[in-house]
This record gives sequence, C-alpha cells and structure tokens, in this order.
Amino acid sequence: MKLDTTGLESFASFHGEMDDLHGEFWAPPSFDLPVCADFDGFQKNAIQMVKPAKGTTTLAFVFKEGIIVAAESRTSMGGYVASQNVKKIVEINPYMIATVAGGAADCIFWHRNLGMKCRLYELENKRRISVAGASKLLTNMLYSYRGMGLSIGTMVAGCDEMGPSLYYVDSEGGRLKGSRFSVGSGSPYAYAVLDNGYRYDMPTGEAAELARRAIYHATFRDGASGGVAVVYHVGPDGWKKISGDDVRELHDKYYPAVQVPPEQEMMQVPPV
Amino acid sequence: MECVFGLVGDGFALIAADTSAVHSILVHKSNEDKVMILDSHKLLGASGEGGDRVQFTEYIQKNVHLYQFRNGIPLTTAATANFTRGELAIALRKNPYFVSILLAGYDKDIGPSLYYIDYIATLHKIEKGAFGYGSYFSLSMMDRHYRSGMSLEEAIDLVDKCIMEIRSRLVVAPPNFVIKIVDKDGAREYGWRESIKDAGVAAA
Repeated sequence: MKLDTTGLESFASFHGEMDDLHGEFWAPPSFDLPVCADFDGFQKNAIQMVKPAKGTTTLAFVFKEGIIVAAESRTSMGGYVASQNVKKIVEINPYMIATVAGGAADCIFWHRNLGMKCRLYELENKRRISVAGASKLLTNMLYSYRGMGLSIGTMVAGCDEMGPSLYYVDSEGGRLKGSRFSVGSGSPYAYAVLDNGYRYDMPTGEAAELARRAIYHATFRDGASGGVAVVYHVGPDGWKKISGDDVRELHDKYYPAVQVPPEQEMMQVPPV
Repeated sequence: MECVFGLVGDGFALIAADTSAVHSILVHKSNEDKVMILDSHKLLGASGEGGDRVQFTEYIQKNVHLYQFRNGIPLTTAATANFTRGELAIALRKNPYFVSILLAGYDKDIGPSLYYIDYIATLHKIEKGAFGYGSYFSLSMMDRHYRSGMSLEEAIDLVDKCIMEIRSRLVVAPPNFVIKIVDKDGAREYGWRESIKDAGVAAA
C-alpha cells in the first residue's frame, strides 16, 4: 500500500521530458505501510485495558500528624474538558471528608446521603460515627446498587477515637482500609511520586508539598486530570483546606522556563 | 491473580491466601487479609470480586454467630459448609455472589476438615484444594507431595513450596501471603510470607 502523494506531483512536472534514469529520481515520494487490518489497534487495546474509567486523580495518605487528602479539579467528557474548577473533595461533616472519582453526580449525591446518615447516627447515639462505620454505611448502600451502573471510586478520611483512618470505597462494593491510596485515571502516576517520597513522620508542610507534587505529576501525564491541585489536612480537630494551586503555575514553579540561547542567530547583513 | 489454597494435616487444617488487593494494573494494598476467622474453630478463605468477597463472608460469619447465640452451641464445620453452599445456591439464579471459598474447621469428635465451595455452589469435602490462578501451580505441587496426616512442619514446608512456585511462575504473582491454621486450640494466624512490606502505618 502506498501513500497517496498526488499533491506533490507538481514538483515533478516542472522538469518536462525525463529519461529513465531521472524518472525514478523525480517520482513523487512514497513508502510502504504495514500490511495489516488495524495497525494502531494493538497500542489502543493495551491502553484501554489499563486506563480505568474514572478520569480524575485523587490521593490520600495517613501520616504522623493526621491525613492529607488531595485532588485535581478537571471534569472531562471524553476528549472535551467540561470544567477546570470542580470540587472533588467533599465535606461530610466537620471531621470527615471524602474524595470524588468516577461519575460526579453519583459521588456527590451519595456523599450527601452519607452525610445525612452520619448526622442521624449522631442524633440517635449521642456520639460521632467512626470513619469505619461511615465507610461501611457507604459500602452497604453502594453494594445494594451493584451492577446497576453506578461509578464511584471514593476515599473516606477522618480522625476518630482510633486515630486517623482512611478507607477506599468503590461502586463494585469493595472497601479497603489502608494508609495510602490514589484513585482515578491519573493514579498510577501519582502513586509513583507518592510512594517514593512518603515517610510516616513527615511534618505537615512537607506532606502537603508531597501531595501537591504527586497531583501535579499526574496532571502532567494524564489528559483527564488538570485544573487546580487542592490539598486538605484532616487532624484530630477536623479538616482544613491547606492550598489550591493551578497546575500550570506549579509547572512553572517546579520547571521554570530556561532561556535557551539560539543555536544560530540571524545576523544583520551590514549594508554594502 | 488471587491465590487461595489449603490442606488438612495431622490434627490441624490450614489455609494460605495471597494478600493483594488489585484493581486492573494497580495494587491498592499488599496486606489485605482474605482468610476470615469465622469463629473459634473455623477459617474461611475466600477469593473473588472485592465487594462480594467481603459482604458474603461477613454475612456467613454473622449467621454462624447468630446460630451460636440462639442455640448455645457452635455449628459444626459440615453444617457451616452446607449452610454456605445453600446461601450461594439460593442467590445463584437471582443475584449470584462471585466468591469461591475454602472452609477449614476443627470439630472435637471429627477432627480437622476442609471444604471446597465454588461460586456456582459446588460443595466437596477435600484433603487439599486451591482457587485462583495460583491453583494451576499449587494443585499439582500438593498432589505430588501431599500425604495424609502430615505434621505441621511438613505441611508448612509444602505451603512454602507452593508459594515459591507461584512467585516464580505466575506472571503477576502476588508478593505476600498469609497462612492461618485451625486445630484443637482454635483458629489463629500462623504467619506471613512477605516479599514487599508496606511502608509506614502497620497493617490494617
């Protein structure tokens, strides 16, 4: 199969009569393409197998001073960036927050529902609900809707009597207790930066910077992540928003533009 | 890529399971305990989809406890196995649970026993069994080296052989395993086989 290069033929036509030797030299350029049905399919299939459906990057980790929760703020519908300013960290109550990944409507609705259930628990039992309990409530609700197309990948973080607790909950009904999670299409990129820089006894400032950096790197490589890198801290007294930085500004901060001297400069020809 | 396998020895039964919680290419956790201690003398090793595994095994555990509260005596291993199979069978045609289970227990008059319960509600009483991708390696390893009435040392040696075979031959082999045993003194954790330690906070 040869590429169609008829558009280049005008170049050859300038040279009028050609003999055999020159004929091949002036023929329009072309090259063979691989003979197979769907050349790009292999790469596409490999990426499709890996790329989770949730176009976002969120992360959370437990450390000595509590929990850091971070997320970016882009919503994409396929290739279209619908918004760069979406709130992906939602507050359930003054001491518990959760992240949003997957279907935005699903996550926000069910988190509001969870907040209601937590408040009812508080009123009925005269004490705060534990993070384990709140995440279990959410899991049970989501499990009963299994297979009906909900798309939620969320992390519930809070400080209760057991100390700081972090749970990963998803719409397949899975629930994992852990100390370090990242969810979304940008999560593998974030995991790499997070795993490498993580130490349990970091001070809060360093932990927040680690989270910010991990989100930035994920937004750099993942098209479905971008916008603003938001970082929250959850301590024994409740949650607090630490920062919200546009990732483009973070890029300029981490990798400032260096003036590259031009290889060759156009010189002014001195007038004769 | 889950691996659960178990065997019956001289006066004990043991179950070994991998401890990875995986989501497509991501390993969310490498210290997730998949062998539940059902009651004082029963172990339940489960493999299957995340939500189903936890919800179904907790459901069985709560019902086993309820029986004990109501009747004052614990269920036998055989009765628990049949109850579990029954629940899977009832749910199968409506809303199936995608979990496969190895149930190990010790009864005072019967001794140790191991039951294989499939996700399509198959039930077999067995001496050795395995689920998951790891079963392709551990089943033949156990077939080759297993003898009835093995001592604990010999059985752990066989388990270690299986784990090493899985680690070297399975393409995305889980790094860590947990081993739990049940004998006349009860059900308890025997040990872990870790090649990757989770940094920071202790295992959940």
